[in-house]
Amino acid sequence: MSKLRIAVNSKDHIQGNANAPIELLEYGDYQCPHCGHAYPIIKSIQKKMGAKLKFVFRNFPLAEVHPNAVNAAVSSEAAALQNKFWEMHDHLFEYQSRLDDESLVKYAGQLKLNVEQFETDFEKPELIQKVDADFESGVRSGVNGTPSFFINGEKFNDSWEEETLLSYLETLIK
Amino acid sequence: MLAVGTKAPEFSLASTPDQKVQLSQLKGKKVILAFYPADWSPVCSDQMGLYNETLKLFHQHNAELIGISVDSKWSHFAFCQDRKFHFPLLADFEPKGAVAKLYDVYDATEGESQRALFVIDEEGIIRWNYLSPVGMNPGADGILDALESMDKK
Repeated sequence: MSKLRIAVNSKDHIQGNANAPIELLEYGDYQCPHCGHAYPIIKSIQKKMGAKLKFVFRNFPLAEVHPNAVNAAVSSEAAALQNKFWEMHDHLFEYQSRLDDESLVKYAGQLKLNVEQFETDFEKPELIQKVDADFESGVRSGVNGTPSFFINGEKFNDSWEEETLLSYLETLIK
Repeated sequence: MLAVGTKAPEFSLASTPDQKVQLSQLKGKKVILAFYPADWSPVCSDQMGLYNETLKLFHQHNAELIGISVDSKWSHFAFCQDRKFHFPLLADFEPKGAVAKLYDVYDATEGESQRALFVIDEEGIIRWNYLSPVGMNPGADGILDALESMDKK
């Protein structure tokens, strides 16, 4: 069983109760159709589990097969600098079929980000470094495709369809 | 599969319709040999696709990645082009599976190589090996851990 090499920390994007008993972490790629499929499943599970679940997202863009994935990831990090990481994360999955650079800027506008600041931040080397660091931490933790999930630091290798994932998470609470 | 500490057997196989790769030419570098069952199959595609993304991390350890299957050089050529792979796939095609047999990772029932990984050091000695369940993508964490520990010595 592969373990998460770099524990969730202050650099991570965390949604939900920080002290929740269950920590669900996803390594994902905004251009990956499977991640797009997982997106509403995670939303539904978050809703059902409420304060019992903390959700963390790390970038794992497969740049060679998904040419827009890296820039999409960087744009989520640029949005994070304006405290809108999750808004951008959701938007990117909802509009996954259009992730070219022009669309990314348009989405920043739609999310009421300061677009000029967004475009400046987009070019900052720290952001691509953050995306690369996420990717590397994933590879070192045994991520072998996207999405990959870790539950309380252990890689989850079963199906992440809602029924299986939710029932597994619920067994952890009891 | 050949044990850690064994000298990696020499081979020379086609990587493209007009190029060959010989293991001894890579002396002075670490070599990752990734034996896999078949071009185009889902797990192999994911595994090689992942390694294509992690090449930069392998190169940081002075390591070159080589994929090997029993598919022909023309199948490899099309597979590489389609998936934009930036590393060679070698055709262990004639005599079929000869190199997989040398490394003791040939599955004679399927007529394919097993899913096996070897990390070879700069002197041509096998320093790490891993036999993966055939339906499981083994990821790159084991390879990177092996490369890292070799660098520490």
